[in-house]
Amino acid sequence: MNKLDLVAASQMKTDIPAFHPGDTVNVHVKVIEGDKERIQVFQGVVINRKGAGINATFTVRKISEGIGVERIFPLHSPNIAKIENIREGKVRRAKLYYLRSLRGKAARISEKRSQ
Amino acid sequence: MTRVFDEAGNVVAATVIEAGPNVVTQVKTVEKDGYRAVQIGFGTRKPKHVTKAVQGQTRKSGKGPFEVVRELRDFDNGQELQVGDEIKCSIFNPGELVKVTGITKGLGFQGVVRRHHFGGGPKTHGQSDRMRAPGSLGQSSYPSRVFKGLKMAGRMGGVQQTVRNLRVVKVDEANNLLIIKGAVPATEKGIVLIRK
Repeated sequence: MNKLDLVAASQMKTDIPAFHPGDTVNVHVKVIEGDKERIQVFQGVVINRKGAGINATFTVRKISEGIGVERIFPLHSPNIAKIENIREGKVRRAKLYYLRSLRGKAARISEKRSQ
Repeated sequence: MTRVFDEAGNVVAATVIEAGPNVVTQVKTVEKDGYRAVQIGFGTRKPKHVTKAVQGQTRKSGKGPFEVVRELRDFDNGQELQVGDEIKCSIFNPGELVKVTGITKGLGFQGVVRRHHFGGGPKTHGQSDRMRAPGSLGQSSYPSRVFKGLKMAGRMGGVQQTVRNLRVVKVDEANNLLIIKGAVPATEKGIVLIRK
């Protein structure tokens, strides 16, 4: 095995659920406050997945109190306790950056219909 | 380079280095050689690809010809070293600061902006071709020459460089891997010297 893959393999997660750009996800983030650790859920639309292997990241966008908030998560970060895919969206792009210039009704993504 | 996660879950950009096992090929002593040093070898070469002189050099340790053989002066890891002993990456501990020496990537002929971080000239105010120019090379009739060592465009990289205070993130003894935070001066698959 390639030495780089060897290093990466020990840190990579195997239990990541399938999710794609356009999907709405719940990201359970571990937050450390003082000496206590708790879980914070970040819910939003996946607008970007990039990178491969240990370098993979994804961007989640949500509208919080009228202000767009985006967070970029390393896919294999140990600070992510869980990723839940709660709604599959129907989109025709891999990167949904166009959502940044849209508000309200226009920024909706229709749900993917399963056959 | 790759990325690793530390205990807090932060991303650390890191370089993976195959460190050893290095075989001791010769031990130099004050009595015999006038100074203290160990000669170590790393990597492998086929015996048919090296001269007989090099083959003879490796006869004592009984381990095949090496890709590189390097002498380290005043090497001390706290124990008597014998010819044939292996020096492994376990002599380093996570969190330790190390120096890494290697040959930097050859970058070819580069201008002064890239090579010496010159500012270049102005973009506007009537300028047409001064953006990455070096500017004046010196004065006029006195000294009537360009001083030696003046920073100019030229070949960049491909020279030996040492980076100090690089932190060891992880030591993987089973696979002989050393993971060091940040970049090291070498090409991919290049050979570096790591010291404490």
